Amino acid sequence: MTTIAITVLAMSGISGFLALMLSLANKTIANYGEQEVYINDDKKIVVDGGDTLLSALVDQKIFIPSACGGKGSCGYCKVTVIEGGGQILPTELGYVTKDERLEGVRLACQLKVKESLRIQIPEELFSVRQMTCEVAFLKSVTPTIKHLRVTLPANADFTFKPGQYVQILAPKYKGNEEEVYRAYSIASSPDDHEGLELFIGLVEGGVATTFVHEHLQVGQPLIVVGPYGEFYYHENERPMILVAIGTGMSPIMSILKYMKDHKINRQATFFFGARTREDLFEMDTLMALESEMPNLEVITCLSRPTEQCHWDGDVGRVTDLIKKYLKDAENSEAYLCGSPKMIDSVIPLLAEKGLPENLIFYDKFES
Amino acid sequence: MIDIHPMVIFFAAIFTNNMILSNFLGMCSFIAVSNEIRTSLSLGQAVTFVLGCTSLINYFVYHYVLVPLSLEYLRFIVFIIVIAAFVQLVEMIIERYFETLYYSLGIFLPLITVNCAILGVSLFMIIREYNLFQSFAFGIGSGLGWTLAIVAMAGIRKRLQSASIPKGLEGPGITLIITGIMALAFLGFSGIVQIQ
Repeated sequence: MTTIAITVLAMSGISGFLALMLSLANKTIANYGEQEVYINDDKKIVVDGGDTLLSALVDQKIFIPSACGGKGSCGYCKVTVIEGGGQILPTELGYVTKDERLEGVRLACQLKVKESLRIQIPEELFSVRQMTCEVAFLKSVTPTIKHLRVTLPANADFTFKPGQYVQILAPKYKGNEEEVYRAYSIASSPDDHEGLELFIGLVEGGVATTFVHEHLQVGQPLIVVGPYGEFYYHENERPMILVAIGTGMSPIMSILKYMKDHKINRQATFFFGARTREDLFEMDTLMALESEMPNLEVITCLSRPTEQCHWDGDVGRVTDLIKKYLKDAENSEAYLCGSPKMIDSVIPLLAEKGLPENLIFYDKFES
Repeated sequence: MIDIHPMVIFFAAIFTNNMILSNFLGMCSFIAVSNEIRTSLSLGQAVTFVLGCTSLINYFVYHYVLVPLSLEYLRFIVFIIVIAAFVQLVEMIIERYFETLYYSLGIFLPLITVNCAILGVSLFMIIREYNLFQSFAFGIGSGLGWTLAIVAMAGIRKRLQSASIPKGLEGPGITLIITGIMALAFLGFSGIVQIQ
């Protein structure tokens, strides 16, 4: 009995002593005190030294895009460090190109704040919020696309420009070992302050899309971070050319709803392509918008209509629609959204019709 | 207690009883980090430093805590936590005060925690019943021997970069073969002194 007691006491004593030494060291040697971080030369935040820059910024409610949650495996959390921060770490080299290195680009999740820093981040990131929303409804609009609406928390100070996207957090579930953030464009109007709507297409083997399609239930909480994105509606009088395929319709729908809510009567032509008739989702909403907005015209096409489609409209891809219906693109403005392949083939087509590249805005959906 | 002068143990630990080349201990970081002479030299220094210190600490812990309480059988777990805590401490110190060393060792520093050469030294010095000075000399000598082996390997691998190696042997494969050949060469020293 006594030997057992001595063993336990001796082990506890040795471990306790080592733990004491280490915690003292942590308090003194590894304590970098409070450090100041200057953001874009006009905002100063005080952070706990020793933290990573990413978590220090999240503590200050500044959300740098990050898909892996700070593990250094996605390479999204790039910030430009002007002063301080030391050398670039071996763990960052795979994600930062040589040109970016010369500019001082670092991964915020790898950089530990040990001295005061001067960093630069895009101004829009200040309006990014992280919110715990609740699933209001989730319905299938096609066999592979779900229409998701989440309710925003009561005091969410969330605003976005039509066309921007949010990230949703797919938690761990059976068959998925890690939490991931994935980006989806907002389909609802910015004037809808109660909630957000997204169209989420099923990607085979996709972690977040599988979660939404198979595991998410009405009433469940869902973490949403945003808004992000350089693709949004630009206020002016130019006629608009809107092009989308598949779920690329989401940001376009947000733009159209915004225009309707604000009684903007710009000339707008929306080319919407899908594979079969049932892939042309939300057509009733689009038809309603078309009848309420006198200057909106929606032109659709199917690339692979089957017998059951009873389709008498255009057959082909959106590029064929543009060739056929778009007379003149000069003085217009284009918004493209969908697969990179579609966008890469539409841009030269629009350029041919006289549209300069700086008036073509696009959002490539990578899956 | 055996009566060998600490200096003999010191040199024997470098040449005749080299941790890598005669005991094959500490192989993982030896293979992983021996790409570059500069990095292997700094890792070698870190290992030597940790070996010197942990051999002393473990000597005291063993002879002044475990032996009086007759808890010798706990030596594995005690040595392991002492080494782990010490490496943790060294990592904190290097990160704070030796920035360049921290960047060059990078993610390899925690490898020292599980470097078997370090646990090996602590166990050998107990088994061979070394006294305090012998243990310290053995610790430092083993560290220098380990450094010698990894730097020599880094030098050879630098030469190898311009050699054409069969595809299947690139990287760790050829490194293991070379280690074997180096060990054969070091075998020539064996038998000169007996330290156990």
